Amino acid sequence: MNAITDTTTVRSFKFGDRLFFNVARAAAVLTLLLLVAIIASLVYGSWPSIKQFGFGFLVSGEWNPPQDRFGALIPVYGTLATSVVALCIAVPVSFGIALFLTELSPPWLRRPLGTAIELLAAIPSIVYGMWGLLYFSPLFAEYVQPALAATLGKVPLIGSLFDGPPLGIGILAAGIILAIMIIPFIASVMRDVFAVTPAMLKESAYGVGGTTWEVVWNVVLPYTKVGVVGGIMLGLGRALGETMAVTFLIGNMNFFNGFSLFLPGNSIASALANEFAEAESELYTSSLIELGLILFVITFIVLSLSKLLLLRLSRQEGTKT
Amino acid sequence: MDLRKKRKFINKVALTLSMLAMAFGLFWLAWILFTTLQLGVTGLSLDLFTKMTPPPGADEPGGLLNAIVGSLIMITLATGLGTPIGILAGIYLAEYGQRTWLGQITRFINDILLSAPSIVIGLFVYAVYVAQVGNFSAVAGIFALALIVIPVVVSTSENMLRLVPDNMREAAFALGAPKRVVVMQVTLKASMAGVITGILLAVARIAGETAPLLFTALSNQFWSVDLNKPMANLPVTIFKFAMSPFKDWQEIAWAGVFLITMGVLGLNIAARVLFRAKHKL
Repeated sequence: MNAITDTTTVRSFKFGDRLFFNVARAAAVLTLLLLVAIIASLVYGSWPSIKQFGFGFLVSGEWNPPQDRFGALIPVYGTLATSVVALCIAVPVSFGIALFLTELSPPWLRRPLGTAIELLAAIPSIVYGMWGLLYFSPLFAEYVQPALAATLGKVPLIGSLFDGPPLGIGILAAGIILAIMIIPFIASVMRDVFAVTPAMLKESAYGVGGTTWEVVWNVVLPYTKVGVVGGIMLGLGRALGETMAVTFLIGNMNFFNGFSLFLPGNSIASALANEFAEAESELYTSSLIELGLILFVITFIVLSLSKLLLLRLSRQEGTKT
Repeated sequence: MDLRKKRKFINKVALTLSMLAMAFGLFWLAWILFTTLQLGVTGLSLDLFTKMTPPPGADEPGGLLNAIVGSLIMITLATGLGTPIGILAGIYLAEYGQRTWLGQITRFINDILLSAPSIVIGLFVYAVYVAQVGNFSAVAGIFALALIVIPVVVSTSENMLRLVPDNMREAAFALGAPKRVVVMQVTLKASMAGVITGILLAVARIAGETAPLLFTALSNQFWSVDLNKPMANLPVTIFKFAMSPFKDWQEIAWAGVFLITMGVLGLNIAARVLFRAKHKL
C-alpha cells in the first residue's frame, strides 16, 4: 500500500483525527458546562426571591403563598431530618450486608444476594412512594409507631422524638423508606472497599487468632474507613435529593409543630414536586427555585466530599500495595 | 466468662446481626415485589393497552395507552439524544483526556451529576426552556431525561473503554491506523457489550423517573403525540392516580407500577447478563 506515503491522505488522516478529537472533547466540555448552566439558571431563576428576602430566606420558618412570604427553614429541616433518620438506619444495615457479602456468605450465594440488594436501587422512586403510602404506612401506624412510643418514647432526652399521634406518614416514615432506598448504594461501596483490603493483612489477623468480627472491626474497617465514609456520603447525597418517595410519605405540612419524628413535615424536593407546577406568582416560583438551588448546593458539597474521599482511598491503595 | 468465650460470643452476636441485616434488605425487596406483582397482575387487562386514561368519575374502564405511548416516545428520543454525547464524552475521558486537567474535572463533575437530584434537572429545564417558550411540552421532558442519560452513559463507556487492553490499540496503531479509526473500529468495538450495558442502565434509570417530568412534560389526559404539547407518560400518570381517591384510578396506577417495575428490573438484569456473558466475570 502506498496510501500512507501519499501526502494528501496523511493530511486527511490528520484532519479527521483532529476533528474527531475536538468532537469528543466538545462532548466532555458539554458535560462540564451542564453543571455551570444548572447553577447559573437556578441563581437567575431565584433572583427575585434572593432580592426580596435576602439571607432571611434561610432562617425564616414561614411559608405563606397567599401573602407571598417565604422562608426555607421548614423544608430544609425536613430534608435534613429525613436524611439523618435514613442514615441512622441505613449505615449499620449496609455495614452488616457488606460484612455478610465479603466474609460470611458462601461464594456461590455472593452474586445472587449482591444483585438482589442492588436491585433495590433499580426500583423507581415512585414505586417506593406508592407502596410506602398504601402498604407500609398503615402497618407502620398500627404496629410500629405505638411500639416505638411505648419503648423509645419513654427514654429521657430522645423520648420526645417518638411522641404524638401514630399517623403512619411523617418524617420517620419518610426516613425509613429513604433508608431502604439508599442501603444498596452504601452497601455496594462498602462491599467494594472491603474487598480491596489486602488479603495478607486479613490473613495475618486471622493467623494470630482473631475472630471474624475482630478482623473486620480492627483491620478491615480502619484500613477502609476513608472509603466507608465516602460511601456514607454518597448515600446521604442520594437521600437529600430523593423526591417522589418522600413526597408520598412526608405529609407535606408547611408549619413547624415540634421535633417529634412522628409529625408530618416537608422536604425541599417534595415542596418542589407538589407546588411548583401550581405556583402562580413570580415570587412563589422564584422562592421554589431558590429552594432547588439550596438543595443542589448541599448535595453538590456532600457528593464532592464523597468523591474526594473515595479517590483518596484508591490513591492510598495504589501507593501501599 | 473468660476472655476467649467472651470474644467468641461477641463474634457470634455480630455475625448474627450481619445476617439479619442481609435479611432486612431482602425482606423489603420481597415485600415490594410481591405487592407490585399481586396488584399489578390483577390490574392487567387488554383495556390497559387499548384505552386512554379515564377522566374522573368515568363509568367505563380506562387504560394507559396514551401514557405508555408517551413514555416510549420520550424515552426513545431522550436516549437517542443523550447516548451519542455520552459515548463521545466517555471516549474523550478514556482515550484522550485520562491525565489532562479537563479530563479529571469532567470525570469528577460527571460522577456528581450521576447522583445529583433529578428534580433539580427538571427545574433547570423549566428555567431554560419551559419558561422561555411559555408552555410545558414533551420536548422539555425529553431534554430533562437526556440530561439524566448523559452522565450514566459517560461513566459506563469510559470504564468499559479503559478495560480494553493497550496491546489492541498498539497493534492497530502499528498497522498505520489513525487514532479515530483505532477508537471507532478497535476499542469501541471491543467494548461494545459494556457500552450497550450502560445504555440499558440509562434507559432503566429514566423509565421510572418522575421528578424531572413534573414540570417539563407535565402529563396529558388525552392522546397526543405533538412534541410541543404536554405529553402523557407513565410515571406522572401513576403519581396523579396514586394520590387520587378513586378506586379505579388506583388500580390503573398499580398496573402502571407493575409495567414500569418489570421493565426496569428486566433491563437491569439484561444489562448484567450481557456484561457478564461478554466479560466472563
